[in-house]
Amino acid sequence: MSKIEWPLWEVFIRSKQGLSHKHVGSLRAADEEMAINNARDVYTRRSEGISIWVVESKNVVASDPSEAGPLFEPANSKAYRHPTFYEVPEGIKHM
Amino acid sequence: MEKNNLDSLDTIFQDKVDREIKIEPKDYMPDAYRKTLIRQISQHAHSEIVGQLPEANWVTRAPNLRRKAVLLAKIQDEAGHGLYLYSAVETLGADREDTIDDLHEGRAKYSSIFNYPTLTWADMGMVGWLVDGAAIMNQVPLCRCSYGPYARAMVRVCKEESFHQRQGFEIVTQLAQGTPVQKEMAQEALNRWWWPALMMFGPNDADSTHTAQSMKWKIKRHTNDELRQMFVDATVPQAELIGLKIPDNDLKFNEETGHYDFGEIDWDEFWQVVKGYGPCNTERVSARKKAKEDGLWVREAANVYAEKRARRNKKVS
Repeated sequence: MSKIEWPLWEVFIRSKQGLSHKHVGSLRAADEEMAINNARDVYTRRSEGISIWVVESKNVVASDPSEAGPLFEPANSKAYRHPTFYEVPEGIKHM
Repeated sequence: MEKNNLDSLDTIFQDKVDREIKIEPKDYMPDAYRKTLIRQISQHAHSEIVGQLPEANWVTRAPNLRRKAVLLAKIQDEAGHGLYLYSAVETLGADREDTIDDLHEGRAKYSSIFNYPTLTWADMGMVGWLVDGAAIMNQVPLCRCSYGPYARAMVRVCKEESFHQRQGFEIVTQLAQGTPVQKEMAQEALNRWWWPALMMFGPNDADSTHTAQSMKWKIKRHTNDELRQMFVDATVPQAELIGLKIPDNDLKFNEETGHYDFGEIDWDEFWQVVKGYGPCNTERVSARKKAKEDGLWVREAANVYAEKRARRNKKVS
């Protein structure tokens, strides 16, 4: 069978006003217009969304999971960035 | 990569799996894990797509408009399920069209249940109640599968699948409570679908070659026989409630185990259908091939149109 493929698109859906778009999966479509229409049919058949973003998968730049250690290390050693690092004297109710 | 390195990566991988940490697309995974998933997820996708065919058989003959609208919605869901799964299989580096060609050339399988014909309207009920019911038993544990994209696709599928089972049970219930002819139609359909539905869980544990490894990788959470027993236990009371008889003379509730004992599956029939000699194997695969070949010009034309439009937009800007 000769191979004719449509590009792959990543689909992001905003489920309701006030929430961010969230990645839900991917699909194949010839262009951005078809990608939006296909995303509507594949990912929102039960009113799961009010807004759709599509991004061609080849345009996504991702961090490398095998480099996750060094990449995120700077945050690991900084416990003082969290409120739980500090002791609140007794008698203080809200801070 | 050096052998020592690979060994330690494999150990880290298994340790993550053991601690219930999901494996994501770009993470290290052993080749065999990747291959197993590509095979299982693509065959699962093929099953959803081929599964549309026995139901499509009844769209034009649905007894009324409500039934027709429901059936169409269900068939559209099956297409959607296929697409979630093809999208999951592509995260493993497999090519979508290659996996589809594997199906068309006989290198990949799909669930054998779809090689049985849908002869009467009651079969639409049985497909929803029993076939989707059995699929739910299989798919609910897959929501906890160790591979992230597969697990997430299964969460979506399971949410939608319970509508499928309920609409099927509604069809069967209505027939079972209808005229004697309608009740007979329901019973006759149950007689034909019961055993093939039990076969959907695959060979007995003792004969299942992949189970042990898949459970170690947490792709699978229960053995075939455990799932089959869960299905029987859940379904028998439903049949009793609507006054239909399960076609198994050995079926009996076992007070000691708290489960139903049931008769032996005809494994010869099972293997015949798996090997391609079921009632509809040839028809199903040729319908899929025809769909791909007939749709080729559309895919081609859409690509050309997209290129042309992109060129035009460039000129304007």
